[in-house]
Formats: sequence, C-alpha cells, structure tokens
Amino acid sequence: MSRPGLLSVADLGRGGIVEVLHLADSFAEVSERAIPKVPALRGKTVATVFFEPSTRTRLSFEAAAKRLSADTMSFAAATSSVTKGESLRDTVETVDALGVDVMVVRHASSGAPAQVARWVDACVVNAGDGQHEHPTQALLDCFTLREALAARAGSPPADDLAGVRIAIVGDVRHSRVARSCVLAFGALGARVTLVGPATLMPPTTQGWGVEVRHDLDEVLPEIDVCYLLRLQSERLREALLPSLGEYSERFGLTRDRARRLDPDLLVMHPGPMIRGLEIASGVADSARSLVTRQVHNGVAVRMAVLFRLLAGGLPSEPTGAGPAADEASPAGSGQGGARHG
Amino acid sequence: MAEPVRPRRVLVRGGRVVEPSGPRRADVLVEDGTIVAVEATIAAPPGATVLDASGCVVGPGLVDLHTHLREPGREDAETVETGARAAALGGYTAVVAMPNTEPATDSAGAVRALQVLGARACVEVAIAGAITVGRAGERLAPFAEMAGLGVRLFTDDGRGVQHAGLMRRALEYARPLGIVLAEHCEDEELAAGGSMHEGAWSSRLGIPGQPAIAEEAMVERDIGLVRLTGAPLHLLHLSCARSVALVRAARAEGLPVTAEATPHHMSLTDAELAGYDPVFKVNPPLRPGADLAAVRAGVLDGTIDAVATDHAPHPPESKEEPFDLAPPGMTGLETAFAVAYGALCCDASTGVPPWLAGSDPAQRRASIAELFAAMSGAPARIAGLDVASGQGGALRPGARAHLCVVDLDARWTVDPAASASRSRNTPFAGRELVGRVRHTVCAGEPVVVDGKAVR
Repeated sequence: MSRPGLLSVADLGRGGIVEVLHLADSFAEVSERAIPKVPALRGKTVATVFFEPSTRTRLSFEAAAKRLSADTMSFAAATSSVTKGESLRDTVETVDALGVDVMVVRHASSGAPAQVARWVDACVVNAGDGQHEHPTQALLDCFTLREALAARAGSPPADDLAGVRIAIVGDVRHSRVARSCVLAFGALGARVTLVGPATLMPPTTQGWGVEVRHDLDEVLPEIDVCYLLRLQSERLREALLPSLGEYSERFGLTRDRARRLDPDLLVMHPGPMIRGLEIASGVADSARSLVTRQVHNGVAVRMAVLFRLLAGGLPSEPTGAGPAADEASPAGSGQGGARHG
Repeated sequence: MAEPVRPRRVLVRGGRVVEPSGPRRADVLVEDGTIVAVEATIAAPPGATVLDASGCVVGPGLVDLHTHLREPGREDAETVETGARAAALGGYTAVVAMPNTEPATDSAGAVRALQVLGARACVEVAIAGAITVGRAGERLAPFAEMAGLGVRLFTDDGRGVQHAGLMRRALEYARPLGIVLAEHCEDEELAAGGSMHEGAWSSRLGIPGQPAIAEEAMVERDIGLVRLTGAPLHLLHLSCARSVALVRAARAEGLPVTAEATPHHMSLTDAELAGYDPVFKVNPPLRPGADLAAVRAGVLDGTIDAVATDHAPHPPESKEEPFDLAPPGMTGLETAFAVAYGALCCDASTGVPPWLAGSDPAQRRASIAELFAAMSGAPARIAGLDVASGQGGALRPGARAHLCVVDLDARWTVDPAASASRSRNTPFAGRELVGRVRHTVCAGEPVVVDGKAVR
C-alpha cells in the first residue's frame, strides 16, 4: 500500500489546492531562471508509467521532475512488456521494485491509479485515468486562471476564484479533465456551468454543485471563462451526436460566435485542440486564449505536486542555481523550509 | 478424492429444529439417508455418528439456484468438486450449476459429462441447460433431450435472450415439457459498455453505467411473454426496485413467474465501487440503497421466492485487471446464509451488521423459518429438486436427510484465503458476519462437521 499520492482533486481539498498554488508560484519563478533547476528532490526518483499514449503530460511531468533534480524513469505501454500480455499489477510492481518514490500513472481505465496505489510502495500521482480525473490538469488550470485574473486586475494572484463564472463546454460525460476541474474550480469558489448536448452530460450531476445548460449562446454572456473540452469523433459512432458539424455549430467557439463574445471573456482548453471543431483558429490564437499559458504553467504546478508529496512540506526559498545553492537546499534534510514565494 | 463414507446412523443432537411457528428443541435421527425420528430427546443408537447442534438451529439443507462451477473450461477458477465443497461449507446440500461453461451446457452430451462429475461431489449438483445453442441467442438448444436426462431449469445466464421473438418460441416450446426457463434480465443495448450501476456514483467515478432500465425492460418484456404463452419463467438475480414491483404485479395477476435475489444485492450498494476494486464488479451491478430496500421487501413479502448466490468465481489475476476490463462476478456460497441472515433477519436485538447498507429499522424482519424457506424450500421447488431428491423439505420422519445446522450467534470475519473455493473474489473480505454453518448433512452423509469439510 503506497503512501498518499494524488488520485483525485478531492484528496487535496481547498487547503491542499491553495498550498499547491503557492508552491507553484515559487517554482514558476525557478522556471524563469537561466538554469531553471533546484536540488529539492535530488536523490528521489520519479517514474512516469503511461499505459495510454500522451506526449504532453508525460513531458511536462518529466520536465517538472528534472527541474527538481529528481531522477526520472519513463515507461510507455507501447514499447513495453504490456504488449506481451503482462498484467497491470506485474508491470507496476516491476517498476516499483526498481526503487521509485513517485509513480506518475496514466491509464485508459478509470480507477487504474487507485488500483496501482494498492499494490506499490511509491506514491501514485494520477496523470489521467479513463473518464475519471486528471487532477494536475485542473490544478494548472486554476493556476493559469488565477494568474490571468491577477494580471487583468493588476494585483497579486488571489487564493481563490470566488465568484468567477466558468462554463465547461462539451463532452463532460467522458471527460476526466471536466471531473477534476469541477472539483477544483468549485473548491476555490467559482460558479461552474456545464454546457453541452444532453447526451454528453453525465447521467447525473447530483452533488456536483454545478448548473447544467444546453444552449451555449445563452450562457456565453453570463460567464467570465469559457473552458472548452476536446470532442472525440468516436462519439458519433455511439450515436451521442448527429454530426460533428452540428456539434460545432451549437457548441464550438466558431468565428461567428467569437465576434459576439465579450472582449474580456477568457478561453481555455486542455488540449489537444481540434481547430475548426471545438474552437476556431482565430479564437485559439487570440489574446483571450490561455491555452499556451496552461501548457507553460503545467511544469511549475507539477513541480509543486511532486515537491509536496516528496519533500513533505513547503520549500525554502529557492535561492539560485549551481552547487552552492544545492548545498543550501531542503532536499538533503527532507524537512523543507518555511518560506515560499 | 475420498469415497463418500456414509454412516448408517447420524444423530443431530441438542439443536432447535426450524418450524414455521419458530425453532423447536429437538434431536434428529437419520438412518440410511432418511430422517427416522425428530423428537425432544433421542438416545444415540450404538455406532451412530453424533453431531453436536447445541446452540444451533437445524434446518433443511440450503439449495442454490444459481451457482457457477466453471467446469468445464475454467477449472482455474472453480471445479465441480471445489464449488460443491464451498457449497457444503455454506450449508448447501444442492446447487444448480449454470450452463455458461466453456463449452456451454447446451446438449445431452454436455449434461451427461457434468452429471458424472456431479455424482462424485459432496453435495447434489443439478444441471441447468442453456436456452440457446452456445448461449448465442440464435437457435434453441435441445430442451427435450436435456429434460430427458433430468434437466429442469434452462437459462442463458450471463446473458439475457435478446430477441423477444426467440424468447417467445423458447417459452412456447418449453411449456409442455414441464421445464422452467430462467432469464438473466439485461437488455444489452441499454447496458452496453456499462461496468456498474448508472447513477450518482458512476457519474462521479467516470465509469460507464448500466441503467436500471436495462434490467427492468427485460423483466417487463418477459412477463408479457409469460402472459402470452402461459409458460413458467424464473427471473434470476433481480436487483432493481422497479423489477420487484413488476414481478409483484405479475404474481397478483396469477402469472407463473418466480424470482430470486442475491445476498449481495440486498446488502451492498454501488458506493462500494468508490475504490475501483473489481471485486465489487458484478452483473447485475450493485445498486443504490433504495433498490436494496426494495429487494429485501420483495423477499419479505414473497414476491422474490428465493435467495440465490450467483456464486461466480474468478481467479485473482482477472480481478486485478483495470476495472472496465475485469470480469463481473463474486463468490457467495460460503457467505450467503450469514449475509442473508444479516440483511433479512437481524435487528436491534441481534445487532445489525455495520456493512449492511440502506437498512431501514421500520422494515419487518424475516423469521428463521422464512429465511430457510427462501434459501431451501422455494429454490428446491423451482428447480424441481423437492420431488427429484427430497431437497428443501420439512424435517419429518420419512424425509430425505438433507440438513443444515447453523449457529446463529457465531460471529466470524470473512477470510478469502480460508475459502474452499478455488477463487478469492468475495466482496465480504474482512467483514464480520453473524451466523455460521456448523454441520451440513447431505443425503444422510455429514459433509461438513464443526465447520470443516469432511471430503
């Protein structure tokens, strides 16, 4: 049985989310340096264990681990013994036996990281499981949104999203990003509306603390942030949608729709985007789009998550790169200092 | 394997015999497989095997309408021998072996082969045949040939018969043969892709769900077909409140419909899935508390005739697959009595088991006699084993000696490793149960003595 990891945003609660955001503030600063690296997790090993293809998330976690000076290992199902029929349990126990501190797991099946956590000693971070959750995505979205709102207000980033009106648009039913975002945005006080065709909404949102709407044009004037989800074309085969064209027409941020948008409306997307379906190119590349910031901030937020799990506390001020800074780091003591950015 | 050694005489001494009016203190003497005396005190005849039943109730051996023995095809999960032993430890003296083996039990030859294995088992193994060839839902299996070998129950269990027209023909063809068809109610289109109950938990967990309507729609369709054909039909493992209501209405109408429910569908809710442990994955899926309460109410008012286990062993590695890929099913033979006792009979005076979900203090509790009726008498009648081999009958002189001796005060914690089954997939692992089988006597042979299998 592993130590507590991060399987769901619910594991963090509001306090945990804010803690991660604060840590990410300091690590974002590290990322701006000439040598963007601190020795905080020197001697620790982070393994990415991906049973589903993903380049972006895996690279982001690996960059985060490397900037914390952790050793990294990478396991991808496509090149592994999984293709020879090895079981999930045998695979992760093998990786665990190599001596890893954190196992970052992505799997096409909901709940696989929770199962893995029962079998391994390493702490398990969920990097996306089926249609369940993708907690680090939601955390980086909170970080990005709070950063954008602070920039607009000309004030330091707030510790909450109180009163911010966010619409999550699209295939909520099958989206792990949406489940994590509903929890994270809600914990920080945002007002969340889910928008999409009824066939792409969860069977029930009872207890989610969200509103469900089916007309994007009605909702757009009432929100501050439009968070678009990826639509997979296999939903057509499942008879959940009549056509991609009709979806785009009703729920895409098309050029027509973009013209009517409030100039302050922010647009987010977890990627990969399908331009022309969920989002018109003009919108994706506009000043209102936070898409690139989301990817960028992913590294600092994942540094924060890894640090929080392994260093067991808040970091001391990262004071600079190089050997001298190495010696002064919290990595050796494992205690962590009290100050952060 | 040890040969059956049946002592000529067995005396079950010091227990309380289950009677409709309440347990009555009596000893039971068995000679050559038959009960010869049930009296307040019987002196042990010379050479008799004496079984101590003090502090226990003595009832008819339990009969399971729904056991997956996995042989042939999946002997890594269970065999006739190991499944029968698990049944005996659970107080069963007869089980009905479901036909979803590999290959399916869909021919006279397959029935004969299983009968050979069953004859060596420590409890009676009745064979259920398939409704369609290979359980593929396309062509009728040879009912009459299998009925000629004594097969009484026919089902494609694991799947429902999807085509209404085919099910109609099956019922029409079956009616004059004096056999009973049994349906696994699941509309595969409505259930497609679902690994748990569709509701608040599935929505939160991101596990595609099976809506209750997938079961209810087929219950409703089949009741209509019974009305049309007049043929008897048994509905397997009902799990939804609306299904119970449909059967209640059908019974009020006088239709020949019987039904069963499992111990897990009256005690565990879909909230158990929160940890994504495939041990809790089962078909039909665990449902919310309101459905559990309706299933229990159905047993209490007789709408649901029988408690059946749907004992479905799977090897550990298959229950360590990711949730959506793991096979559905739970073992149940060794825990069924205690779980059903907890769910149906226990109250404030006995202590309500803490794992029992959706418990309603206002709901009436079943008597011990009612519990035995649902776990022995009714299933024996549905499977035709009352007439064929004297299963499920009252303990009277002249009756076949199928006995189950249970200590209703014994508390025990379920240890999967201690199971006699080849598999370990019990959802009750680590839970404390109340009520433990002390002895099982099958056709006069003590097959479980002091909680241990004799062979």
